Amino acid sequence: MEDSKIIFSRPTALKPTVTHYCPGCTHGVIHRLVAEVLDELNLREKTLGVAPVGCSVFAYNYINTDFLEAPHGRAPALATGFKRLRPDMIVFTYQGDGDLASIGMGEIVHAANRGEKFTVIFVNNGIYGMTGGQMAPTTLEGQITTTSPKGRNVAEVGMPIRICELLSSLVTPAYLERVAVHTPQHIIRAKRAVRKAFTYQTQNRCFSLVEFLSTCPTNWGLTPGESVRWVEENTLKYYPLGCFKDPDKEVKTDGTV
Amino acid sequence: MAIKKRHLMLGNMACVHGAIYAGMKFFAGYPITPSTEVAEGCARELPKIGGKFIQMEDEIGSIAAIIGASVAGVKSMTATSGPGYSLMVENIGYAYMTETPVVIINVQRGGPSTGMPTKGSQADTMQARWGTHGDYTAIAVAPSTVQECLTETVRAFNLAERFRTPVTVLLDEVIGHSREMVTIPEKGELQIYNRIKPACKPEDYVPFEMTPNGVSPMAGLGEGYRFNVTGLTHDIMGFTTNRPDEVAPKLDKLAGKILNYRDETVKMRMEMMPDAEIAFISYGSVSRAALQAVMLARKAGVKVGTVQLYTIWPFPDKQLIEACSGCKKVIVGELNMGQLVYEVARVLPDNIQIHAIQRYDGEFLTPMQLLEKLDEVI
Repeated sequence: MEDSKIIFSRPTALKPTVTHYCPGCTHGVIHRLVAEVLDELNLREKTLGVAPVGCSVFAYNYINTDFLEAPHGRAPALATGFKRLRPDMIVFTYQGDGDLASIGMGEIVHAANRGEKFTVIFVNNGIYGMTGGQMAPTTLEGQITTTSPKGRNVAEVGMPIRICELLSSLVTPAYLERVAVHTPQHIIRAKRAVRKAFTYQTQNRCFSLVEFLSTCPTNWGLTPGESVRWVEENTLKYYPLGCFKDPDKEVKTDGTV
Repeated sequence: MAIKKRHLMLGNMACVHGAIYAGMKFFAGYPITPSTEVAEGCARELPKIGGKFIQMEDEIGSIAAIIGASVAGVKSMTATSGPGYSLMVENIGYAYMTETPVVIINVQRGGPSTGMPTKGSQADTMQARWGTHGDYTAIAVAPSTVQECLTETVRAFNLAERFRTPVTVLLDEVIGHSREMVTIPEKGELQIYNRIKPACKPEDYVPFEMTPNGVSPMAGLGEGYRFNVTGLTHDIMGFTTNRPDEVAPKLDKLAGKILNYRDETVKMRMEMMPDAEIAFISYGSVSRAALQAVMLARKAGVKVGTVQLYTIWPFPDKQLIEACSGCKKVIVGELNMGQLVYEVARVLPDNIQIHAIQRYDGEFLTPMQLLEKLDEVI
């Protein structure tokens, strides 16, 4: 076997450890995509991750770069301060939908509007995972959570927030794309988006955000297999995939390029 | 007398039942460990009694929403833990300045910062007193059992309504996440205090009137009384003032309405104190360990007692001096690096030796640890 060579291995940007994530949660897949891109672009040694509060508060236990864990929702503000002082380094925030779209809404909107040159990995599973399944701003209409025990009543709490669409209304140039990771095909496409986001950052082009439609089998009360079907049948219907803004392309208002 | 139904209940859930018993009709909150069950319980229970639950975008929005609801005349509450309480302190000052009664449950966890979400602590003791900016007089109460989570929440609402001021309930993770038997009191069994409404005609209403006890009758906004509310320092009509002869009296009113009637706020439990030479002083979960330690030490003939504080703020200066007047030594036990002990040292006369035992590793103080400390102090 002397002439055999390694063609596939764990990315060096991913620590060889077991994660605390539940079976069927897609945080692991998303972690891996980020790690693979950091490896392929040879960025790991000069990258700072900013972790949120939520399930992925422990991202620093798995992604092998320097990390800051931010107070709940403030990751884009911490990232701003660091990136402004060290534009030579690569900075990404890794945030859930509670962290980014609820308590951190102010920070993400202003970071995007200032055109901060860092990358946001936004993981949207439509629920608060770490605190045990409360309604999030992204929870689907009628979805049952512990704080919407009869299902999300949009007459009372409004429709779920579409972050990519919301941020795409800002005039400042940005790269915004929504992806999914519930099938291998979607994972391959998602990786392209992550690669593009980090590439734009290396070129100091613009703010970049990739929104992942994720799962939460534990708090959705579904099996991992059922969760994948839930994404296909429910999440994707409300959250269309695609690129919403790209400095290289003219983007239509419906998200198509 | 009928046998009362008892429920196996979480401390956080007992706060919900206490609040509903006290007449809470509005809850706004944001998920945070270890207090989330309070919000979840309100989401389930409030709609059943015609109340309203709302999950807000963060803790700042949550406390602002309950202030808005209270101004409308409705008893309102939020619940959080350290990081959320830190975000709320600006609005707690606003509630204090605008004389708006609200109740804040703080299920304390390890800190500072994100700290240890699932571990107990009493490290927000001083924050509950000094958290907001500006001169401020706080009221904070603290239960030590699940049943007391219910009764102290009722008391917190009563104090908030009596003094027109925000009141904090200091739980810790140990109490909030304990399950014990609870009896929900019958209607009328516990006294319920409601804010005093104006008796005058709407055109004669002075919303921040200087009354003898400092508490102004409070109309519900929208009930026909002219009402202007501002966090800026204001005159008796509620409009901004910088006049020295109005500013100082306003701040005196805010503090005086509480401090001049602080005996009404005090609640302490004393066990084995009449002949005690040494006393444990504590609150919350530490008081449970102290009680156990005292019982064991008494069997060995040690003259030791325990003083449990249910009211932390305003600190019961006079009552603590009285309670400890026969003691030569006291031991202050708390789950932090030393906060309550500063108040005890401030209050007790020099002839009483003050010792402290503190734990801030996320675990709670055990009776054995308190006995070891007692042994060392003797």
